[in-house]
Parts: sequence; C-alpha cells; structure tokens
Amino acid sequence: MKNGNKKLDSRMTEVYLSYNNIVSSLGFDSETVVSNIHNEISGLQLIDDKEMFFKSFCSSIINQKELNNSFTSIAVEGNFTRLEMMMITSLNRVIQDTKIPLTKNVGLIISTTKGNIDILDKNSKFLEERAYLGSLGKVIKDFFKFKNDAIVVSNACVSGVLAVTIAKRYITQGIYDNVFVVSGDIVTEFILSGFNSFQALSSEPCKPYSKNRTGINIGEVAASVLVTKNDTNLAKEAVAILGDGSCNDANHISGPSRTGEGLVRSVKLAQKEANISFDNIDYISAHGTGTPFNDEMEAIAINRLGLQNVPINSLKGYFGHTLGASGLLETIVGMHSLYNNTLYSSLGFEEIGVSQPINVITKTITKKLNIFLKTASGFGGSNMAVIFKKINMTSK
Amino acid sequence: MNSNYYISSFCSIKNNTISLNGSMVYSNENMEFLEFIKAAYKSLDTNYPKFFKMDGLSKLAILAAHVLFKNENINQDKDNDIAVVFSNKSSSIDTDRKHQKSIENKDDYYPSPAIFVYTLPNICIGEISIKYKLFSENSFFIFENFSAQHLLDYANSLLSAGKTEKVLCGWVELDGNQYEAYLYLVTKIGTILHSKENIIKFYNT
Repeated sequence: MKNGNKKLDSRMTEVYLSYNNIVSSLGFDSETVVSNIHNEISGLQLIDDKEMFFKSFCSSIINQKELNNSFTSIAVEGNFTRLEMMMITSLNRVIQDTKIPLTKNVGLIISTTKGNIDILDKNSKFLEERAYLGSLGKVIKDFFKFKNDAIVVSNACVSGVLAVTIAKRYITQGIYDNVFVVSGDIVTEFILSGFNSFQALSSEPCKPYSKNRTGINIGEVAASVLVTKNDTNLAKEAVAILGDGSCNDANHISGPSRTGEGLVRSVKLAQKEANISFDNIDYISAHGTGTPFNDEMEAIAINRLGLQNVPINSLKGYFGHTLGASGLLETIVGMHSLYNNTLYSSLGFEEIGVSQPINVITKTITKKLNIFLKTASGFGGSNMAVIFKKINMTSK
Repeated sequence: MNSNYYISSFCSIKNNTISLNGSMVYSNENMEFLEFIKAAYKSLDTNYPKFFKMDGLSKLAILAAHVLFKNENINQDKDNDIAVVFSNKSSSIDTDRKHQKSIENKDDYYPSPAIFVYTLPNICIGEISIKYKLFSENSFFIFENFSAQHLLDYANSLLSAGKTEKVLCGWVELDGNQYEAYLYLVTKIGTILHSKENIIKFYNT
C-alpha cells in the first residue's frame, strides 16, 4: 500500500524545465543562440591548428577571449580550467535569472563525458587531481556555495538528457525542490584523436541523415537549466517533463543496434509514462550525429514507432556533437522551438540517405507546437527518450 | 527513509579476494590487479572470451556481475528487466591515461578505437547489458567517496516509478593498482531490507 501511494504521488508531481542558458560559439545566452539557429547560422568552422590536432577538422569552438571577458565579470580570483569557466559562466546566468537561494533543498547535477580531460596532457598547468570528475563537481559546488555535493553523471552521449531525468527523480522522491543541471564538454586532442581513430571525424560540416554524409564534427558548449516542481515564476519557455525512458541496446559497446531496439523501447517507455498518443508529438529533436550507423538506426527506430511523418531535426549541423552536453543543449533549443512555434532547419541536410523515410525539417518554418520528443544515443549502448510539453500557451 | 525493497545478494572484489554475500569464493594473494582478475576469471568458470578484450574496469565489473548473477540464477538467454546504477571515484581514468599516452608523442602516435571506446565509465555497464541481455536503464555516477544514500535514493526512484523490476547497484573503481568492486541486487521481494544501513554494512563486509 505504501508503495502504491508513493507511485501515485510521484506521478502527481509535475516537474518543469525552466530558466536555461547556453554558452557556445553561437552566443552566450539561449536567446542569442536560438536566434542564430533561426537564421540558419552554423557555429561550425574549419580549424587548422597543429597544436591542437595534426590535421584540420571542423568544429564549433568557444572563443577564449569572449569566455575570459564573460568570466572576469563574475569571478574575481582563482584558477579555473577552460571547462570550469564555461560551466560557471553558463550556470551563473541561470542562478541569477531564477533568484532561488541555494538552500539544502536545492540540488546540483553535472553531466559530462570527459570533464577536465585536457589536464592529462603533460603541458597542463593544473595538477592531475583536477582531472577527476569529482574535483570538477567540487569546484562548481564551492564556487556557487551549494549546500549539497554535486551529483556528477557520466553516461556517454546521453548524459545531458539523462541528467534532466535524474533531476526529475530527485524531485519526485521529495529529496530536492529545485535542481540546477549544468552540462559541458570541451574539444580536445584526446577526443579528436579518438573519434579520428574510428574514422568517424569529418573535415566538413556534418550532414545528418544525408546521402553524402562525411561523418561527425566534435563541438563544445556548456548548457544549464533549472529543473523545478514550483509552477510559479517559470521562464516563459518552460516545459513540463511528461515522461522519460532509457533502455540499453544490449548489443554492442561502440555501434548502435541495427534494429534500433533500445531507442524503440526508450520512446515507448516515455510515451507510456507521458500517457499521450504518438499523434500528439509535434516535433522530434533527434541525435543525428551524421554517421551512417547512427542515422540509419534512428530512421529504423522512428519507422518502427510509426513516427516517420513527425518533423525531425538534428542540431549537430550548428554545434557538432557536443558529447555530454548535447542532450541538454538540444533540449533547451527544443524548449525555445515550442515557445517560438518554430521548427528549425536540420542544417546540413541534403538528399535523404537513410533506408527508411523520415520527415527531416529542411527549412525553418513557423508551426503551432505543443509537445516534443527528445532522443539521444551513445557509446555503451545507451539510449534516452524524453517527452516535453510547453507550459505557456500564450507564446509569441 | 527506508523503502519496501530488498537486497537479494551482494558481491565484492577487493584485496585480491572475491566474496559473495560475505563468503569468500576466490582469493589469490600477491598478484597485481590485471593478473588477479584474469586468474579469477579462469577459476570461476566464466567462459566469456570477450572478457580478454575489455579494459580493467569492465573486467572488474563483469566478473562481479557474473558472481552475483550466477547466484541469482539469472538466465542469459532471455531479456532481464534489471536496471544498472553504478558509481565510482575515478571514472575511466585508467584507460584515459592509456589513450593519452598513445597521443602524447607525435613521432609515436597510436590512438586506437579499441582503447578509446573504454574511455567512458558506462562502457562497463554496456558490457554487462550485452552479456545478460539487459535492455534497461543505466546510469553511471561519479562521487569522491562511496555514497550509499545516493544509490539508495536512485534505485528506489527507478523501482517506485515502475521503470524496472530489479536494480543492480554498486561501486566499481579502478585507478592504477587500486581497485574495488561492490555490487548488490535490489528486488521487490526478499528478506533483507534495502536500507542505507544494510548497504553500508555489506560494503564494509
């Protein structure tokens, strides 16, 4: 009986994504970034820096001078890594916007795949301890004086969106009322050389779902959001989390399932919890890395679910793959997409290059939007699906 | 706060000893980690050749899961609705160092996908999911120290939200020659309460 009640309670607690920020090559706040996306401006560029990588690569990199300037205005002293500066800059804006005091009821979740991995380089001026993800959590916690220790999640490329559902669970369990989530990863030789060894790295802007795709781009962002159960003082673009699902492919550690099994199961779980029909989904913000295996797997999963007519995009053509931050970054853009009633173009898309039909958004258009599905997949066979619904019906 | 869930069994690998529910199942002193884990694999009749391709962290995790799941009679030939919630201190630092070494010298540059793929801590969960057909939720958390409270809260949230039938929880840590694994299975029926006290008690067993 006790369990039954608890289950009922957790279903009744609505959880929202509210104030948010993106620090990226397309701007240092969500509105600027989304307005650049609206104008189909990509943050990707060809980078030829032999210090960083032995061959030229295409990436979206945050301008160091701009980052320094933004950071100097909030931090007076202390030695911070590049990733810490990005995360602090991003999270600071969200904390300022929400005006929530950081009491014992406020949690902090950090999602990243590699954190301060650049410290392992022998030329780094930081001590090796700083490369441990727990140290990153402590730096962020101490900077803002959170009362609780950071919960660091590192679950490959689904980390960013997984972090949001972890926040939701902490809130429905009654442990926290508000949770700040900050996600980030940086472009490093460590990552570039790894993806290059998979022969997956493209030297051109990526072309998700296209016939002539050339592989992935690695990019960097820091993204932050407030996850809350308080329905007053929400951001205008706030959304409610209707349901989530996360299922492993149980198939391969680096390649996605050929049948899209884990993704199909994830979406079904999310739909079951959301208690909506698939007809209610207005838009899919997909993973779309621009590798043949990933894109094909998604197309198969989407067709198995009967979602092939729902408008879909990949935002990798704007930022590249931002690893542990990508899920949160793309969720935030999705929130703005709903609020603006606008479907953003899947930049880089040319001629369809997957075996099953999907409805790729080729041109930014306005359309009445209410509910979107975010999906992500990653190494280790992980998949994630979350369904979000907009709160503010009187959008612009 | 306790829950109405239970710990059905637990396994630990530390100090060159593997134990199940507090009883030793294998021990081999005076060996370095990789040598020890390989000797244990052979002695425990694991029969999973993929083991040899794995990095140290995955070897540690999969062997602990093997001992636990064998005791639980988990059938590897059908789907198992078991979520996995792991944690550690050092993420995949051991393999990260290997990959870093392969790119440190421009005249001796040898990054390899077989190593790079293991530079994520959750790959060990992927390995367990493949072996035991776990099409279920998995999360990898990083904490400076073992956090019974977090594992308790998170496993309870997955079970009470109806996301899974069982949760495989634990701590799998590897950093150089320092290693430690502690896994336990949380179920809806049983006798030993899934409580912070019990999680800590078995961790210290």
